[in-house]
Amino acid sequence: MKAFAALFTAIEQTTKTNAKIDALVRYFANAPERDILWCISILIGKTLKRQLKTADLKAWAAELAGLPLWLFEEAYPIVGDLAETITLILPDPTGQEDHSLSETIDFLQLLGSYTDEQKKAAVTGRWMLQQAAERFVFNKLITGNFRMGVSRQLVIRAAARSFGMAEAEVAHRLMGHWDPASITLQALLMNEEHTDRYYQPYPFFLAYQLEEVPEALGAVSDWQIEEKLDGIRGQIIVRHQELFVWSRGEELMTDKFPEFASLPALLPDGTVLDGEVIPWKEGRPLPFAVMQTRIGRKSLTRKALQEAPLVMVCYDLLELGGRDIRNEPLSYRRAQLEQLLNGLDAAALLLSPVIDCPTWEAVREIRAASRANNSEGVMLKRKNSVYETGRRRGNWWKWKVDPLTVDGVLIYAQQGHGRRANLFTDYTFAVWDGDVLVPFTKAYSGLTDKEMLEVDAWVKRNTIDRFGPVRSVKTELVFELAFEGINLSSRHKSGVALRFPRILRWRKDKAAAEANTKADLLQLIATQRT
Amino acid sequence: MLQFDTKGIYCRQAGVYIDPWQPVDKALITHAHSDHARSGSKAYLCHHNTVPLLKLRLGQEINVEGIGYGEPVFLNGVRISFHPAGHIIGSAQIRLEYQGVVWVVSGDYKLQEDGISAPFEPLRCHHFITESTFGLPVYRFPAPEEVYKEINDWWQQNAADGQHTVIIGYALGKAQRIIRHLDSSIGPVLVHGAVDNVNTALAANGVSLNPSLRITPELSKDSMQDAVIVAPPSAIGSPWLKRFLPYRLGICSGWMQLRGARRRRSADRGFILSDHADWPQLNEAIKATGAEHIYVTHGYKSIFARWLREEMGLQAFEVDTLYEAEGAEDTEDILPP
Repeated sequence: MKAFAALFTAIEQTTKTNAKIDALVRYFANAPERDILWCISILIGKTLKRQLKTADLKAWAAELAGLPLWLFEEAYPIVGDLAETITLILPDPTGQEDHSLSETIDFLQLLGSYTDEQKKAAVTGRWMLQQAAERFVFNKLITGNFRMGVSRQLVIRAAARSFGMAEAEVAHRLMGHWDPASITLQALLMNEEHTDRYYQPYPFFLAYQLEEVPEALGAVSDWQIEEKLDGIRGQIIVRHQELFVWSRGEELMTDKFPEFASLPALLPDGTVLDGEVIPWKEGRPLPFAVMQTRIGRKSLTRKALQEAPLVMVCYDLLELGGRDIRNEPLSYRRAQLEQLLNGLDAAALLLSPVIDCPTWEAVREIRAASRANNSEGVMLKRKNSVYETGRRRGNWWKWKVDPLTVDGVLIYAQQGHGRRANLFTDYTFAVWDGDVLVPFTKAYSGLTDKEMLEVDAWVKRNTIDRFGPVRSVKTELVFELAFEGINLSSRHKSGVALRFPRILRWRKDKAAAEANTKADLLQLIATQRT
Repeated sequence: MLQFDTKGIYCRQAGVYIDPWQPVDKALITHAHSDHARSGSKAYLCHHNTVPLLKLRLGQEINVEGIGYGEPVFLNGVRISFHPAGHIIGSAQIRLEYQGVVWVVSGDYKLQEDGISAPFEPLRCHHFITESTFGLPVYRFPAPEEVYKEINDWWQQNAADGQHTVIIGYALGKAQRIIRHLDSSIGPVLVHGAVDNVNTALAANGVSLNPSLRITPELSKDSMQDAVIVAPPSAIGSPWLKRFLPYRLGICSGWMQLRGARRRRSADRGFILSDHADWPQLNEAIKATGAEHIYVTHGYKSIFARWLREEMGLQAFEVDTLYEAEGAEDTEDILPP
């Protein structure tokens, strides 16, 4: 763990990408194979099964530190991270012991079978034999969410450099499920045939938002224009007569989508489709909220299936007859996709329509009308583009419709986590309902660092009341909030739910009385539906 | 004997305010940081070493008188004396005694020795007014010697990599402490104008500091070779820093104990170095006073007061003041470059 903790420290002590990659390369050069595998797995965001309860961890740490539990609970939201709070509060170690990363993970996974007393003895024993840096990393492994300032792309770059491979190849090899406890580095990255992992998806090609005028992209005739649907990006894979449905978050969702169960009998072996899984009824998409309810269900009843039937609107074909065709131009892949789907009797697979636009002006009109079609905007894809990996500029652009906006009054603030720990950055906003302010959304992002500090200082000076970590503040500050969609909701006090709310700007020019009203929100919903 | 009113901490019997935040007739000042030493009062009394700093900040024309540590003055029967608080140079706890009852206003303080300010003196008293800037058990600062070594090692490494080293610390207090512990065999020590103004004021009054060079527009590239630049927080992100490119930036502050605060700053390094008391120091200081009544000001006051009440069995109260509390990391800044 010393080596892994040192890697963590090295990464944390720099803001430069190259220095981070260097640190990873050094780690890969010196660490045992099993540790390298675990390190990659953790850094690209795969989580370990949580074996310990938060309440237990807090109680053990407070007891070791000789502090009352309430004091731990007060400190936790200020630090903003459980693993770090425990690390800081524990007394100095009584000795020193080092275990490898993989040994530590095995140790933690075994805890699941222990009694509560054994768990406590095992964990507190390790705590007292670690220095702060190792303690923190150890606690991070326990609590799961291991973000340490490296992106997936950065890990891929480091691995590619360490093992002399192309980045795209590494990206592909790391997709899907693989078990760091049993696989070898050879099998993960280097084996010619990785047929034993035939369930593996391809890395998704992701688009950036278009920020300039589309005219800058050249002739409209070079571009394939499609609607940007609001669902779950996914890959449907049929190989060896088996079906796999992967989400972009690399979650295997096959069981959640019984609609696709018949596909192995219909699609030729070695087919990979890229598209958007969305609820679809009577020839048009349903709002995203319907999808959320459906995905959230533990068991799928007949009723749920009828209320929210899912389809995949397919827009790309990545593999055909077992051949990886990602390096063929989009025009070719599209032609093959059309051919494949047109001859197919599969109600759950739709072809994403290509919209014929003679001018960019026509594209603008389509985009402007997208909200009424439950779409988020348009996608622009260069017709001769290959299917790249990860988020890239140049050949694919999303051009989302301008967000809806509303002016809300800041009523509650809470301290953030991670980079925002110790700062009031998580806000609840309200609109007027008569002369009462009703909360209607939370928002966490959109302010600059400087504005955040300013609001933080204001919150501290204008607190009216405290409820645990939440402060109610003077109803004075007005913010313009942007969001992608709005719907009625029985779960929220205000009766509405927003999609992707964020702060657009601080309206220093407006007084609280000038904020929007609940009636304005209901009006937005009504307009949206017509 | 003391009460907290709208102008500050007031002693009616002696007719004085301590660290008032509005103009008063007679102000006793614990130390020269801007949240404790405000302008407009008719007369100031502070430690000798605070006099030049007060003049620097509030103007040369102010009516200020200096006093040594432990020298009593008597005002209408109240015995008043100043004692080292260990916070910054010239900082004092103010002790007031009247008819056998003793109050101590500690201002800001630390128990760590910093090599510049007179070390904190524990005072027995009945009523103790304490800050609580770092009044949470997650704040346990490392030994300063370790931190100085980290800073020098980092400077050495930066010099070897052909990078300048920029260290951020308050112009008054932290900067002088950093300069005192820099290993000047590594390279030249350059200071921001705000830091140099303080250094000059102190030197003119006979306080000895380690040598440093004021940064001026005329400063040549050559004299920056391997240099460390000591600057106040306002320099972060300012165009002033551009001339030192390429550089690495480190921040010295107690807030650097928390990872979130370190990352938010997008500094290359955060060094945990504070002129305030951390959790163990606060508790040790309070215990040493033997006081039954504790008044907790700026910081995590409600949490810390509850701790003192419930776990230490003391009569502890939270007090609202205008001393800088949670946001203090951004405020201590005095003069433009």
